[in-house]
Amino acid sequence: MAHQTEVSHHAPEEEHPTSTGINNRKLLMWVFLSSDCLFFGSLIATYMVYRGQSLVGPYPVDIIDVPITTISTFVLLCSSFAMVRALAATNENRQGAILFWLLMTAFLGAIFIGFQVYEFNLFRSEGLRIDTNLFGSTFFTLTGFHGAHVTLGIVWLLGLAWVAKKGRLGPKTALDVELAGLYWHFVDIVWIVIFTLLYLIGGFDTGPAGDPSLVPHSITGFLGLI
Amino acid sequence: MATLTDVIDRPTSQSGLWSWITTVDHKRIGVLYGVTAFIFLLLGGVEAGVIRLQLAVPDNTLVDPDTFNQMFTMHGTTMIFLVIMPLSASFFNFVIPLAIGARDVAFPRLNAFSYWVFLFGGLLLNASFLTNQAPDAGWFSYANLTEKPFSANQGLDYWALGLQVLGVSSLAAAFNFVVTIVNLRAPGMSLMRMPLFVWMTLVTSILLVLAFPVITVGLIELTFDRNFGTNFFVPEGGGDPILWQHLFWVFGHPEVYILILPAMGIVSEVLPTFSRKPLFGYPVVVFSGVVIGIMGWAVWSHHMFTVGLGPVAVSVFMITTMLIAVPTGVKIFNWIGTLWGGQIDLKTAMLFALGFVALFIVGGLSGVSHAVAPSDNQQQDTYYIVAHIHYVLFGGALFGIFAGVYYWFPKVTGKLLHEGLGKLHFWLYFIGMNVTFFPMHYLGLNGMPRRIYTYASEFGWDGLNLLASLGYLVLFVGTLLFIVNLMISLRKEPDAGHDPWDAPGLEWKIASPPPVYNFAKIPQVEGLDQYWIEKRRAEAEGHPITEPEALVDPSTIHMPSPSYWPLVTAIGVLILAAGMLVDTGWDYIRFPIPFIGGLISFIGIVAWANEPPAKEHAGGDHHPEAAHGGGHLAVAAVAEHPGGGATHSVRLLCSNCNNQLSSNFRFCPYCGGAVEDPAEPHHQEG
Repeated sequence: MAHQTEVSHHAPEEEHPTSTGINNRKLLMWVFLSSDCLFFGSLIATYMVYRGQSLVGPYPVDIIDVPITTISTFVLLCSSFAMVRALAATNENRQGAILFWLLMTAFLGAIFIGFQVYEFNLFRSEGLRIDTNLFGSTFFTLTGFHGAHVTLGIVWLLGLAWVAKKGRLGPKTALDVELAGLYWHFVDIVWIVIFTLLYLIGGFDTGPAGDPSLVPHSITGFLGLI
Repeated sequence: MATLTDVIDRPTSQSGLWSWITTVDHKRIGVLYGVTAFIFLLLGGVEAGVIRLQLAVPDNTLVDPDTFNQMFTMHGTTMIFLVIMPLSASFFNFVIPLAIGARDVAFPRLNAFSYWVFLFGGLLLNASFLTNQAPDAGWFSYANLTEKPFSANQGLDYWALGLQVLGVSSLAAAFNFVVTIVNLRAPGMSLMRMPLFVWMTLVTSILLVLAFPVITVGLIELTFDRNFGTNFFVPEGGGDPILWQHLFWVFGHPEVYILILPAMGIVSEVLPTFSRKPLFGYPVVVFSGVVIGIMGWAVWSHHMFTVGLGPVAVSVFMITTMLIAVPTGVKIFNWIGTLWGGQIDLKTAMLFALGFVALFIVGGLSGVSHAVAPSDNQQQDTYYIVAHIHYVLFGGALFGIFAGVYYWFPKVTGKLLHEGLGKLHFWLYFIGMNVTFFPMHYLGLNGMPRRIYTYASEFGWDGLNLLASLGYLVLFVGTLLFIVNLMISLRKEPDAGHDPWDAPGLEWKIASPPPVYNFAKIPQVEGLDQYWIEKRRAEAEGHPITEPEALVDPSTIHMPSPSYWPLVTAIGVLILAAGMLVDTGWDYIRFPIPFIGGLISFIGIVAWANEPPAKEHAGGDHHPEAAHGGGHLAVAAVAEHPGGGATHSVRLLCSNCNNQLSSNFRFCPYCGGAVEDPAEPHHQEG
């Protein structure tokens, strides 16, 4: 819904004065992101509550491959850099660069999604499905909804690239790029939280449930190490 | 898509069915919300009737237990999600842009989308009756009763998917109203000059924005449990049913304030008008409302005192729950303070507002008695709770809403509701409500559990149950009277004038019903209760205001054009959700239909984003830049800044207080003065 690219062919986009001076669409995006925070917050809370509670394997330590996901995380972080460049190019009205950086952002996002598809298939072949245990349920639900957010962002970026190709993006319509950027950076930040909790901290959890000695990297243990 | 949207012009009908389907006018959308929610109110009332008939006598066999379960589940779900919330939304839509002096909401097409998604969500939920699988696990659908082994038919899927769709609607509307209230206020209307109803709408919208995603996640997990074999709430798989309770009530308790705060806002408009006094302690009432909105997040576990959270958790939630009674009590004292010494005019709207205060006090007091965990252990899951929820939601929210109906009906239609019938309606409701629900306190403390479909005579519950059922009949007659009143009043000639109550709000400044552009000239606000300020000043100057703002040729004011795409996108959302009910059982594409819905929504969104502006109408040529708003921005400011595009980077000084301002400001945030544009002559004639 936030995809509000204008068809204003030559006329500059009108920014209506508002009571606060903040553009309406930008405020809408911030309010939406605040809502999305609670969405991911609830999914992450579910994961944390059920951490180490799986009754049967495979457990995270059997499945999670931190190095591979570190690469895809790096790619996603780089996409945020590309997004920043895209917005800068839009503000500076460098038409070629706008298109290049938008496509680059989408491309890096697509690589991240490719890694996720590979990872999901790998886990599946190793016996972890969404209905296998609580780890599978919470892992696939949380990362799956994150992946859906990234996919939606890629579609949005491609839509913007299409608009950019027609030469309609520039300083006057920079807000169109900025809104996509806000969304993209938000989804990125959420991934940093997910990567930290599900891979770096939770990725070494062993099972089964009920035996604390078998959960060496529980949150308390982690905080204890600090 | 470009070809599609280039070929299809924006719809232009101004009247007839098609104009209602494509409308983006907040006033029409408000009416659509109101009418739809009222029909759902009748439906929920019929469901309540089945419950009361079944319980009227002991050992009754009117309906079987399964039907009874469906009735109380659908009654609760309907009344909360399809009646009280959308009736409040109806007032948000109709009143808020008028009360803040704007021409529409910030995103008119998103607003139309909210309505259609609400309608489809309600229909999806009730479609479960057609397949005889209405949800039957209570309105808060506790796990693990909701899991496949215990609820094998698709009733709970209808429930979960229906609520998801309604959530999309509520979220879209809440985003819209936060932005509208924050950004579209008329010059001079600083936050502390906003009418109380606007304030409460803002708090409610923020609560919706933050609370709905939590239930969204709960519903996703429930749907996955039921359809994809996950174990989120299934103990056999290691899951914990209590997690559902937490997710539900983290949403559910802010939801309670989402239901009651709009009614409190309405009452805070009605009481001052009919007491001929400003609201007593306005800043304190605002502050109390905001505090309720914040503290509402810290009390959810008082719904769960009996699940065994441990003494520490129970004590903490007991204390926070008792604390939240303080801002609520403050509001009640402020309302009483408003009445004190006022010239009270007992119009029907005022009666309903007074009824609200009285009945909400009763509901509030029984609420405090549940806050005490030991006594709550006795009350949990009894009719005492049923009594409490009906005192706050029927005596509270619904009475507030009816106060609003009688108060704003003349503004919506230009016609007054019949006062005699209205007063009869009030008294039938007030008496019927107390006869129905007061006995339930005794029944509950005598041990009658909620959700039982019948009871034996030896428990001694017969007399009070029969009394409660007779009370229902009184409410039934009251509702019929209201419908008769509507019919009679709608048929007569307009008789209300623009300001029948000598009211303080900006909405009363303009004609009834309001012209499509609302304000010909965007008002300048000097203080709280702006229209009173203007009227008293005019009287003092010897020429009292008797006429509304003069009408102008609507074609001189650019308004957003109607659009097909909100409806198309909403249809996509409906197919996406309803398609989840069709399980093909195939390996890789078990659920193909949602993809079709998703595709339709996608097409709708792309077309929406690329929609061409309406064909220029005669006289509109001098706002060429406004046409490019594409209908997604209210153009309240355009008439003030006809050449606004040129002045972007200009720094302005407030002529009043000399503070430097960005030209994006519509009024000075320091002193509230309107921002004059030095580059352009300030002509507002349009």
